[in-house]
Amino acid sequence: MPPIKRTKFKLAPEQLLEMFYWLRLIRAFDERLSILVKQGKVRSGVYTGIGQEAIIVGTCFGLRKEDWICPLHRDLGAFLMKGVEPRVMMSQMFAKTTGLSKGRDSALHSGVSELGIFGNTSMLGANLPVAAGLGYTFKIENTDNVVVAYFGEGASNVGDFHEALNFAGVQQLPILFICENNQYAYSVPVEKSMAIDDVADRAESYGFDGVSINGNDVLAVYQATQGALARARSGDGPTLIECKTYRWHGHSEHDKAFYRTDEELAMWKSRDPIPTFTTYLRARHVLDDAKLKEIEGRVTTTIDDAVEFAINASEPDAPEAVKDLYA
Amino acid sequence: MPKELTYLEAIREALAEEMRRDPKVFVLGEDVGVYGGAFGATQGLFDEFGEMRVVDTPISESAIIGISIGAALRGYRPVAEMQFADFISCGFDQIVNQAATLRYRYGGRASVPIVVRAPSGGGVSGGLYHSQNPEAWFVHRPGLKVVAPSTAYDAKGLLKAAIRDENPVVYFEHKYLYRRAKGPVPEGDEIVPIGVAATRRDGHDATILTYGAMVTPSLEAADAMAKEGVEVEVIDLRSLLPFDKDAIFKSVDKTSRVLVVHEDVKTLGIGAELSAVIMEERFDALDAPVLRVTYPDTHAPFSHVLEQANLPNTARIVDGLRTLAAY
Repeated sequence: MPPIKRTKFKLAPEQLLEMFYWLRLIRAFDERLSILVKQGKVRSGVYTGIGQEAIIVGTCFGLRKEDWICPLHRDLGAFLMKGVEPRVMMSQMFAKTTGLSKGRDSALHSGVSELGIFGNTSMLGANLPVAAGLGYTFKIENTDNVVVAYFGEGASNVGDFHEALNFAGVQQLPILFICENNQYAYSVPVEKSMAIDDVADRAESYGFDGVSINGNDVLAVYQATQGALARARSGDGPTLIECKTYRWHGHSEHDKAFYRTDEELAMWKSRDPIPTFTTYLRARHVLDDAKLKEIEGRVTTTIDDAVEFAINASEPDAPEAVKDLYA
Repeated sequence: MPKELTYLEAIREALAEEMRRDPKVFVLGEDVGVYGGAFGATQGLFDEFGEMRVVDTPISESAIIGISIGAALRGYRPVAEMQFADFISCGFDQIVNQAATLRYRYGGRASVPIVVRAPSGGGVSGGLYHSQNPEAWFVHRPGLKVVAPSTAYDAKGLLKAAIRDENPVVYFEHKYLYRRAKGPVPEGDEIVPIGVAATRRDGHDATILTYGAMVTPSLEAADAMAKEGVEVEVIDLRSLLPFDKDAIFKSVDKTSRVLVVHEDVKTLGIGAELSAVIMEERFDALDAPVLRVTYPDTHAPFSHVLEQANLPNTARIVDGLRTLAAY
């Protein structure tokens, strides 16, 4: 990996350490979920983003409370970074009353408007028109708040992607379209679903810029995001940032991912965003053994607490199955 | 003498009044701006409210609905126009999966106050894709409300109610009635509440349950039967989801005979549900099976001859009533 040397948007040491904490927390959260699925404690609905954490951390870091995010199904970390308590997210995965859905659906199908989080359906790309609507309200109000909308390279083949990005381009909406290109739409590799190399190229047809970057480099993602945010906040419209990355686990936890080779997985694991960033922080004396130990301890404590809370939380009452259909 | 408006003018007046009353109301759709809508429903709104609140969109039905949902989550009350109800299938996912489920999967912490206006119905030689009556698709989806006015009064009153409702409402406006239905309209803050039927004609021998453009031929058929000594009660459902069970059962208890008349096709149309509910809950009150006069299970042909062969009309409703009365 080339050395990371992008300094336009400065980060103080404590900010870098905070980024590191988020990377570790999000990784550990997903790893714990994976174990909980194997133990049968979490039933289903787990789509980990292990290997892709740098995208969430690099894009969510430093967002305002008023900014909105429209995460996709692997972006549990985005919920945490935007302010949902780990206990609540873990409860959501356990389908408990203390979760966002009160047990009605799994992780990312729920949102929190007060925190600027939209929760999508399972229809990939269907969050993008909603993001356009959120962005349109910012335009009406003439504020400089921004929407950050996530999608996979697979979802860029869905009609909603085209309709939403086209409208965003026409209206010059303050939206960052973040593509998490993890190489596979479930089992279908990118070369079977697109006749181009870069999703970023699609932006040109909507009249705004698209860039393709290393999605496993948290600082590269952060720098690209900050540049696009500044443009969006100043009224210069949307940007598409394609983050090339790789999904370590299968599509969901039950998917053994036999459609890819061990060599390919090993190659991408060698590009793990966390050791890369660790090396960077150590070389600059931002991170040492003591700080690392402290952060790892905080991560473990947070997740242990969230799991214990979720396990002890109450199951929903049966009548809840037919409630909250209408306001 | 109170002022009289056409059904189409009533829709326009409802939109304008609600936009004046509440700055969060805006309209969007294809050709709704400068052009004033394919049928003229939004004429004058662009000049009065400007392009930010009267939004000409690309041909993107899914995005039109999705944008509405996003705006609704930020406190706006969008009114989306489908140019023809037939085109609503292109926005189906956003309505049935995104809007209808949102409150449920958010644990009751958010709602989606959008209105989707859908010009529906035949009798205008519109052919296969400008004549459809797709209301049953949406009545089948919990979380939505569905209305279908038959008079200018209800067109205005129900649209105002739909805009003020906290839930997603699909508003079927019948194209055949646009300029043919004319009458007084509610003034000021008066609305027509969703979920309340209207008895258009009293009778004690049989009940017709109908809505939309079938109300007028149903009334004509009732008048014809009156000459034969059969007094038919005609109930205009106005709201299809929820439908007014109390009004229906009250009439069934009185007449013991029910004919459902709708322009939608027969199989699994609204009539199927009404018939089932009446059998489940009022079996003892019935002296005859619930009968239906509907469009046959076919498409809407372009030829005037073929279309008229399909459309329910006064003579067919009279036939249905005679069969019903003979039991």
